[in-house]
Amino acid sequence: MTTKNKATDPLLDQLEEVKGRVAKALELAKSLGADGAEVAMSRQQGLSVGTRLGEVENVEFTNDGALGITVYQQGRKGSASTADLSEKALAQTIEAAVNIAKYTSVDDCSGLADKELLAMQAQDLDLYHPKAIDTEQAIEIAKVCEQSALDSDSRIGNSDGASLDCFTGFKVYGNSHGQLVGYPSSRHSLSCVVIAGSGDEMQRDYAYDVNRDFSLLDSGITIGKQAASEAISRLNPHKLSTQKVPVLFRSDIANTIWGHFIAAISGGNLYRKSSFLLDALGTDVFPNFVSIQERPHIAKALASSAFDSEGVVTQDRDIINQGALQTYLLTSYSARKLGLTTTGHAGGIHNWLVKDSNIATKGSKAADFDAMLKTLGTGLLVTELMGQGVNVVNGDYSRGAAGFWVENGEIAYPVSEITIAGNLAKMFKGIIAVGSDFDKHGSICTGSILIDEMQVAGQ
Amino acid sequence: MNNVEKVLLTDSQIDDAILSKTLANIMGRQVDFADLYFQSSQHESWMLEDGIVKEGSYNIERGVGVRAISGEKTGFAYSDDISPLALQQAADAAKGIADVGQGGQVQAFTRQSPIQIYQAVEPLGSLSQEKKIELLHHVEAHARQVDSRVSQVIVSLSGVYEKVLVAASDGTYATDIRPLVRLNCSVLVEENGKRERASAGGGARTDYSYFFEVVENKARYLTYAEEAVRQALVNLVAIDAPAGTFPVVLGAGWPGVLLHEAVGHGLEGDFNRKGSSTFSGKVGQKVCSELCTIVDDGTIANRRGSLSIDDEGTAGQYNVLIEKGILKGYMQDKHNASLMGVKPTGNGRRESYAHLPMPRMTNTYMLAGESDPKDIIKSVKKGIYAPNFAGGQVDITSGKFVFTSSEAYLIENGEITTPVKGATLIGSGPEAMRNVSMVGNDLKLDAGVGVCGKDGQSVPVGVGQPTLKIDEMTIGGTQ
Repeated sequence: MTTKNKATDPLLDQLEEVKGRVAKALELAKSLGADGAEVAMSRQQGLSVGTRLGEVENVEFTNDGALGITVYQQGRKGSASTADLSEKALAQTIEAAVNIAKYTSVDDCSGLADKELLAMQAQDLDLYHPKAIDTEQAIEIAKVCEQSALDSDSRIGNSDGASLDCFTGFKVYGNSHGQLVGYPSSRHSLSCVVIAGSGDEMQRDYAYDVNRDFSLLDSGITIGKQAASEAISRLNPHKLSTQKVPVLFRSDIANTIWGHFIAAISGGNLYRKSSFLLDALGTDVFPNFVSIQERPHIAKALASSAFDSEGVVTQDRDIINQGALQTYLLTSYSARKLGLTTTGHAGGIHNWLVKDSNIATKGSKAADFDAMLKTLGTGLLVTELMGQGVNVVNGDYSRGAAGFWVENGEIAYPVSEITIAGNLAKMFKGIIAVGSDFDKHGSICTGSILIDEMQVAGQ
Repeated sequence: MNNVEKVLLTDSQIDDAILSKTLANIMGRQVDFADLYFQSSQHESWMLEDGIVKEGSYNIERGVGVRAISGEKTGFAYSDDISPLALQQAADAAKGIADVGQGGQVQAFTRQSPIQIYQAVEPLGSLSQEKKIELLHHVEAHARQVDSRVSQVIVSLSGVYEKVLVAASDGTYATDIRPLVRLNCSVLVEENGKRERASAGGGARTDYSYFFEVVENKARYLTYAEEAVRQALVNLVAIDAPAGTFPVVLGAGWPGVLLHEAVGHGLEGDFNRKGSSTFSGKVGQKVCSELCTIVDDGTIANRRGSLSIDDEGTAGQYNVLIEKGILKGYMQDKHNASLMGVKPTGNGRRESYAHLPMPRMTNTYMLAGESDPKDIIKSVKKGIYAPNFAGGQVDITSGKFVFTSSEAYLIENGEITTPVKGATLIGSGPEAMRNVSMVGNDLKLDAGVGVCGKDGQSVPVGVGQPTLKIDEMTIGGTQ
């Protein structure tokens, strides 16, 4: 897990102490008449520094804790939470939850996750890599990052600064089935935002990296240069005329497309009949070369977890196999509403890997970013999306966009102030290829997505 | 001593002397300004779905944030424990930003009594639990009764009771009690296998009695149910929206999201001090059509975005941002105001004690013009009428902004005709505002539902506007 001696790390001592408090909270809930209860407690501490134009801008010390409790009383549910972790506040919080359960309704589907599905041990996923860093060192790293952006091109006229965040913390979860698990984790990120141009033609863009392990972060110099080149590449954009064209979603925003898919197969939207993918289980949602695997236990990965937020053990799953939907994303509650079993997705997904099986035959070079541009030929490369114009009930999609016009596989010029629109069901089926230019910054590892045709609105 | 001081200070063995000593400790470095922000809040929410009250929750939060400013630098630390020791530790951490040396003097506290924009009521206890549950059921029953195509109803009710106290090295000493309530109704309608969802609601800085007030001859909570059903049914028969550039007529009230995105964020002091806004350096210049006068007004009684004092202790104000198209000034917190050599404007806001204050909007709206809304519609040969929006976003540097309609219609030959599906509208802030060619005489504020996000911090806000016409905007439809 870490080379640091556990006995000398106060955070790990605190984790053990909090386990004791969670167990006590569960007992108290029971004594107040709850026939079931679950308690989640988290703690986060860390340092955030921001520099701008070579000077320190912010130094923030983070130190947060929160406890949430849900009690069940003859099928009725009550929840309460507190950021005040004093004994008195904890007791008040539990009493509040029990009190609320007197007024909510009996709901046959509510209750803890089934006992046999719980993770009774927290598998070590190597998520905890504390970094001993003082304020001065942190400031220096942020300064180097921003300076690299400022130095890389004279058209970088202004900056919104660089920031370095180093956080450690832990989560503890316990319930009245006797589960009591917890694990520490860390998260470090370095980011830079700069502005190219001046006056009435300014463009901002950013670059960042995030990792559980500080030593694996991209260098500040790399991040700074990337932020600068992104901002410069956007200068003097054109507006496009209104037309239907193929659209390539660059890998760093391609996760938004999978995000809409996640919403559409999530239990909450399914039992509410608020998804365009109702009854899609087992059917082709994507072309047959698209597969999505979930791997919750990848060491050090950002979305790794041994159990979900209800304590249910997570496991490797095929989400999409050769285009067909293999599973919904369920919590205990939504599973019961649908007459199914939870899939361990309370709180979200756990590391998705998106694969295009054609890459295996063609080789990954054939699907890198340049190759994807070639496959696009002439059309729109989208690098930024704005607004919330996605309707999961019927799949209608309409968002603001910026990016580049591509001609014959080459980037021609930046474009902005356009919208792209379509319907998600059709967009999913209209995927022509998924690239090998994987973006690894989030919970979904995906390459760029090429879609056959979307409506662009412009001048 | 008022109740806020008792809860936040006295109960934790903190008095004036400790506050002064803490500030003096921070100013013992080369610090220009320091402040302490104490906060406690209670929040409850209830949710009804499938005809039963599925969830209820109660949240308590309490803590203190300590800030030290030295030039453009800010040091910040906070604690969820309010005690003399925690206060000292946070102060020691925050002052680390500044070099060793002597800072400014700590001024003697002046206890302020700003005008109360809202009453110090406690919403959570203003209605019995039984009555809250009954309210949820009534909203649901009404929604189902309005139309048989309603297949699902979700009703949620929430209340916040917040106490804040600010003490600062410039002598500021102010307290505030901030109630906030919200009721929402979301419906799913179904016909011939086609489904649409819509929601409506409202709220204010008062207690739950707000929802029982009579408006348009009925209890306010009933109007939310009716409005949600009405919007969902409109969308059930909506055709695909057009794609391209068209004249757009925005309805009165909530479409004021336009101003929030196209103008408001770009006029926040921090972006303008840093020169990163498309409106930077343009005070005194014409930035909008002369038909536009836009204000940010924290002083409207009981409004969701209103503030008796902001989170730095500055009284809420009525600020003219743009007058007849001319940019008059920016929205400021103390830090940015002092760096830009202007006065704070009552816009220093923070999500909680654990977040740094920034210049933020309160209630942002455009004053009424002279056109009859009917004439505005009549003036459009082919375009879009959009009376409701889902939300928006802006890039303050390039000025590009979007907002997404949740209810819209075609205008054909001066008449509102067929409903069209939700679509995103995109434009450039300054350009869209120059293209405002008619402003209605029907100023309306929104129903009290706005939440604004900036740098990861959410705060309640209000928007409003009269019906107005923009000659050209890009509509992101599919046809």
